[in-house]
Amino acid sequence: MNIIILVKLVPDLVEELAIDSSGNKLDTAWLRMIINEFDDHAIEQGILLKERHGAVVTVVAPDLEGVDDVLFTAAAKGADKLIKIKGDFAGTNNHAMARAFSAIVKELQPDLVLTGVQANNDLDGSLGPLMAGCLEMPYVGYISGVTLGDGKSKIRKEYPGGLIAEMDVSLPAVLGIQAAEQPPRYVAVSKVRQMMKTSTIEERTAPDLDMAGGPTISRMFQPEAAQHATMITGNPEEVATKLVAIFKELGVL
Amino acid sequence: MTTNGAVEQSFYEQVLEATPDGERLRLCLQCGDCSGICPFGYLMVHPPSRMIAHLRADRFDKVLSNDTVWMCVSCYACTAVCPSQIPLTPGLMARTKEELILAGNVPAELQSALENSQRYGNPLGESPRKRADWATGITPEVKILGKVRKEVDVLWFVGDYSSYHPRVQQVSKALARVLNALGVDFGILGPEESSDGDSQRLAGERGLFEMLAEKNGLAFGKYAFKEIITTDPHAYNAIKNEYPGLDISYPVRHYTEYLAERIDQLKPLLKKEVKAKVAYHDPCYLGRANGIYEQPRTILQAIPGIELVEMAHNYKNSLCCGGGGGGMWLDGFQWEKAHVRLSEWRVSEALAAGAEILAVACPYESPRFEDAAKTVPGAGQIIVRDIAELLSQAMGN
Amino acid sequence: MNQDIYVVIEHLRGQVAEISYVMLAGGRELAKGFGGSVAAVLLGNKAQGLAANPSPTSGKYLAADKVLYMDHPALSDFTSDAYQKALAELIARDQPRAVIFGSTSIGTDLASTLSIKLNLPMVSSCSSFSADGKFTSQICGGKIMAEGELPGPTALITMVPGGYKTEQGQNSRAPALTQVEISSVEPVRVTLAGYIEPESGDVDIAKEKVLVSVGRGIQNQDNIVLAEELAKALGGVVSGSRPVIDQGWLSTSRLVGKSGKSVKPKIYLALGISGAPEHAEGITTSDTIIAINTDPAAPIFGIAKYGSEIDLFDLIEILTEKVKQSKGG
Repeated sequence: MNIIILVKLVPDLVEELAIDSSGNKLDTAWLRMIINEFDDHAIEQGILLKERHGAVVTVVAPDLEGVDDVLFTAAAKGADKLIKIKGDFAGTNNHAMARAFSAIVKELQPDLVLTGVQANNDLDGSLGPLMAGCLEMPYVGYISGVTLGDGKSKIRKEYPGGLIAEMDVSLPAVLGIQAAEQPPRYVAVSKVRQMMKTSTIEERTAPDLDMAGGPTISRMFQPEAAQHATMITGNPEEVATKLVAIFKELGVL
Repeated sequence: MTTNGAVEQSFYEQVLEATPDGERLRLCLQCGDCSGICPFGYLMVHPPSRMIAHLRADRFDKVLSNDTVWMCVSCYACTAVCPSQIPLTPGLMARTKEELILAGNVPAELQSALENSQRYGNPLGESPRKRADWATGITPEVKILGKVRKEVDVLWFVGDYSSYHPRVQQVSKALARVLNALGVDFGILGPEESSDGDSQRLAGERGLFEMLAEKNGLAFGKYAFKEIITTDPHAYNAIKNEYPGLDISYPVRHYTEYLAERIDQLKPLLKKEVKAKVAYHDPCYLGRANGIYEQPRTILQAIPGIELVEMAHNYKNSLCCGGGGGGMWLDGFQWEKAHVRLSEWRVSEALAAGAEILAVACPYESPRFEDAAKTVPGAGQIIVRDIAELLSQAMGN
Repeated sequence: MNQDIYVVIEHLRGQVAEISYVMLAGGRELAKGFGGSVAAVLLGNKAQGLAANPSPTSGKYLAADKVLYMDHPALSDFTSDAYQKALAELIARDQPRAVIFGSTSIGTDLASTLSIKLNLPMVSSCSSFSADGKFTSQICGGKIMAEGELPGPTALITMVPGGYKTEQGQNSRAPALTQVEISSVEPVRVTLAGYIEPESGDVDIAKEKVLVSVGRGIQNQDNIVLAEELAKALGGVVSGSRPVIDQGWLSTSRLVGKSGKSVKPKIYLALGISGAPEHAEGITTSDTIIAINTDPAAPIFGIAKYGSEIDLFDLIEILTEKVKQSKGG
């Protein structure tokens, strides 16, 4: 059983975001790139499947700042193979990434491809379903549970309001993970450092990045709040008193 | 994980390596003093003495199979009382937690704090670029060494909570004012400062501690200064006792040591009376772990109007606020097991001693004791102040 | 090839999803500029009623100029593979100016794959359009907006709610329905095994008048009891945002937001919730949102009527006390 996990690095929203001088892209000077949270869940789900079924897990990520740490951390959690794809990924889109990765992923002959269901910087769809298109595999997203059988997988797909659909998906397939069956495990820094000494990251080069299929952005900007809340100030006593008055005004008290 | 002779041996070896006098583990008398004095010992399936018994009986896997060791707040009470002088806190407890982390048994809150420390250099998950924001507006301006690039006398290692937590930022501002009033030539690292790493170390993340220490070591190496002072006893403990083992050696003092030395310069500036009964809480890492008891009291007594009262548990017997060893990040976990907080116990003691002000000297304490004061009956009037804040108040700020 | 705007209607277990109306409203805006009509694309099995009958909740119909209905047993419940194949056939044949999908569990299973398969451009996370063919999308947790011209010849679009009101996509008359041929959806690689209901025996937050909602700021499960006390005093219940539910501190039935429920209370008191789009989506229909958050830049202050930067832990118990007093006194 061959499981491939695709990982994207995305802007860290803890840092303040700024638009660069061109007016239509993010300013990369202070941008911190971190692993897409949903891809972290995909890694966790992949490792869980490995622990249950004895699969070989390969993690594939684009060459961006911080990627080595992401890959070695995945190795410390149990990933077997690490692949870094070299190319100019800084200004690219998901269509380009899907095309660049799919040639390499095809070679690896996966039974299952896992990736996060979405990423915070998606403007042209998401990597998972795009990959499924390139690989001509079925795709199901918003997954919160995966079990593997013979040539198929049984998945749990999330709908709004807590409703879940159980579906059978024939393999090979691409699954978009919303949440792994348990939160991504912690891995000690010492273990990651150990991986840096004992594991290797295989490097592959992507063919030229073809961004066709994505939109052209003419302007990026930070929204001004159309309105802003009327702010209540004061010490807790004062704020509580004002809130009770509001509750009364609204007829709740 | 099965424990056989080989694993036991390597666990011993690791404790030996990690702490000086680790070999003393073999001298345990099984007297149970440690388990008795441990504030949460009654909730641990394996308090320290029982942990050692299991280790010797080749049953350490039992200890690793449950999570009650996370009740340990690394307060050093056990270490201070052990007749065989076994380094229980930094050796046994920290190493056991390390084994649990390696096995993936980490409470969720603690996991976030550790991941944040790795990614942002602080357990709160705040942007490192904002680490010196607390200092804006102070005059004369607080020097950020990366901008100022001059030699200073004193490098003030501010610390995580002192930099980011809104309550503790007040303490940092107060100390800045005091240092300015004394004309001390000081600077801070600001965004180049990373967490000292000591609480992470004691929570079982040795690798993370070393990574953070290395970063701080590089930052220290860039600038010229004569000594380090810090508001945080945990940072003090790390820089004084642990960093030298990583070839990072600088003279370091807690700010109360530094100011106590300058008490004659300080006294004339303390013009405004602070009329109150004050109980001083000995922080675990200043008192028990590093033997500093008198200097904070000397400073408090120099403030006109203060009447110092002592709580029942003081000096070496001080009661931990519950923040150490990862305790700051295990609050929910520990509450589920204990339904009592150590900080509440302490606030009750302050009340019983007749204190109006509970004076502290560690950044974990002001928020913890203020929260506790809200829930302990009758403690609504108790005011919690760091010594730096009382000094600033006495200076007329 | 036409200038029509196709809207892929989302329905689940016999009910049209709210997002469908938002998409129709967006589609109408685009149709003004391109000059075509708005076609609601409905896939199902004996599901004509969803377009022909009024919605049981609103009594309204889909605000489309026509309905293109594709009927097949494999389409009775949504599954990505069969739906994708049917739509591929339709889009390749008709070549409309744009096809709008929901940025949802249903829509996102379809749009990107079709973009590759049909070699058509796409743009996602759109919240609104202008009549001159521009889109506005939001990314990075709602902190960044992106604008551009809708690509051609056929743009595949996924939409998020927030830019239009449900009413703008509703009509008081049923649109004309045309059944459209499907040649084949075989092989079907994804099949439905069954549904699992959300945990029941609990409250329906969508029906509550007062919600005290907690986010990451509540810090741990133990503190939720504080919110419960306040909710009880106000005659409401506790709800939460995704991180709280993911940690298991509240059951999924209490989740508010994109993957949870949309709520319509008189008062939505948000404690320690930042207000990221996935959550905001679920609360815009509240009468009054009151936000408590120590971060002045939290997006929730942009949709709340009242706010305070006070620490929720400093406020909550005093507030509960005062609420109780005002009732007793």
